[in-house]
Amino acid sequence: MAAIAEASLSAAETRKPRAIWVAIRRNPTIFVGSLVLAVLALMAIFAPLIAGDPLRMAPAERLRPPSETWWFGTDQFGRDVFARTVYGARVSLIVGITVALAASAIGLVIGLVCGYSRSVDGIVMRIMDGIMAIPSILLAIALITLTRPGLAIVLVAIIIPEVPRIVRLVRSVVLSIREQPYIESAIAGGTRGAKLLFKHILPNTVAPLIVQATYVCASAMLVEASLSFLGAGVPPEIPSWGNIISQGRSFFQIAPWSILIPGAFLTVTILAVNLVGDGLRDRLDPRLSRRM
Amino acid sequence: MTAYIIRRLLATIPVMAVVAIFVFLLLRLAPGDPAALIAGDNATSAQIEEIRQKLGLNLPIWEQFFLWAGDILRGDLGKSIFSNMPVTTLIAQRLEPTLMLTLATLIVAISLAIPLGVIAAWKARTAIDRVVMLFSVLGFAVPVFLAGYVLMYVFSIQLRWLPVQGYRPLSQGLWPSIQSLILPAIALGMTYVALIARITRASMLEVLAQDYIRTANAKGLATGRVLLLHALKNASVPIVTVIGIGIALLISGVVITETVFNIPGLGRLTVDAVLKRDYPIVQGLILVFAATKVIINLLIDLSYAFLDPRIRH
Repeated sequence: MAAIAEASLSAAETRKPRAIWVAIRRNPTIFVGSLVLAVLALMAIFAPLIAGDPLRMAPAERLRPPSETWWFGTDQFGRDVFARTVYGARVSLIVGITVALAASAIGLVIGLVCGYSRSVDGIVMRIMDGIMAIPSILLAIALITLTRPGLAIVLVAIIIPEVPRIVRLVRSVVLSIREQPYIESAIAGGTRGAKLLFKHILPNTVAPLIVQATYVCASAMLVEASLSFLGAGVPPEIPSWGNIISQGRSFFQIAPWSILIPGAFLTVTILAVNLVGDGLRDRLDPRLSRRM
Repeated sequence: MTAYIIRRLLATIPVMAVVAIFVFLLLRLAPGDPAALIAGDNATSAQIEEIRQKLGLNLPIWEQFFLWAGDILRGDLGKSIFSNMPVTTLIAQRLEPTLMLTLATLIVAISLAIPLGVIAAWKARTAIDRVVMLFSVLGFAVPVFLAGYVLMYVFSIQLRWLPVQGYRPLSQGLWPSIQSLILPAIALGMTYVALIARITRASMLEVLAQDYIRTANAKGLATGRVLLLHALKNASVPIVTVIGIGIALLISGVVITETVFNIPGLGRLTVDAVLKRDYPIVQGLILVFAATKVIINLLIDLSYAFLDPRIRH
């Protein structure tokens, strides 16, 4: 996400430190969001260096409140909530990034084809409408009911309900671009098929797609945490934020930290992704930003 | 107008058909033997065979589909694998808490969000506007379960103002029932308030820039009158749309909120069924929730015709 934010600054701007500062000041939301995400990414990558073993149980140290030894307290098995929270960032970031990339790629292909070909459009859009009619968490839950638990199936279950939203977006962009005079002149000049689609239409979908992908990323993290919270997400032995919260449920009244702390991390992460999304939307798609 | 209603009604049929086919294929195309999966790891082969019989998985797939679709059209959603109760009965038993929770959330959300959005638009680019917008950005980021636990911690555990968990049915009196729904409705409504307030503000800003608003102000009409009668009414189409879109959020949110607050509604039924892999219940609930969503979208589309006469023609 940070890479995208930086790439959108022009080369001339990045050469002078002063110019970077101006760009950041003009768009503080992208900066703050990217900074938070960069810190979280570092935390996830270097988790083994920062925190101890997230799975080690210490029965003598059960349900300790946050203190100097246990920064975020311990859970009912005496596991270190700090270590678990640090490792939990891995799951959330993997889920967010994977789902955003996969759903965008699949949605882009289907959306381009639907916008381009009327015959495919009718059938595929009815299927997309049907999938969109099923609330996403329920759809994911149903997929998970029918398989063995695992990170891969959770990813698939989150990707499927996100795809129709991307398809609709890409399709609507393609439909509006098709009516533009420059496309007509390209067709009149003999441009057809793949070249028309990839050279003249595809580039126009990139900006709205990037913006939408950030929202898909945030939504995916939220759905993963919700599924794990319900006990239908990643296997319970993996410390994801949703799992930590789910396992802290029965001890909430005496050990609220094992719910509130990973919950706060999840909120800040989603907030950061949304901030980057809002900032990118303002920068890349002024039309949309005026509407919101 | 009648033609529009009929066209819109007919458009719901393919959507529901796709949902039904999807739900049907999900079980049949799942990797491995669905009967064995549902039966669990310790099941005997006789138990697996029994489940296969019950779900009709031993028949050819076309026959399965027509039997299944026929049952659904007659209002028979099948039977629970574990309790053997009809799914429709189970759903009916759990309907009240979910309906009450949804209703309470709608009331809380709409009565908070629309005034917030109107004020933010009226006082655009002031501190009030910024606070409302900040809240709406936060509202999208706070997960329903976290909001639920924070509210519960503050108002039930620390202040002891409201019951911690559980639901009081209407038969025990309206007030206890409302009391048990206040915190869940606020937790569930948070994202919804953010969404509606944001759209209300945007839509109002657009309308407030119109010439007829300047005219209304210039001829000395009271601010409240201009805001509510002239502006809000004309800004209502996007607001109603987003209220409808938000119902989908609510349905997903209900599942989580009911788990946090231990409310025995459809959401709890879903989660319990998933944990026990009681697929007929899960499938029945998906159909019911999807149908609800489709019907709400239909009502919203029809409401445009009333709110905006231009659409009627």
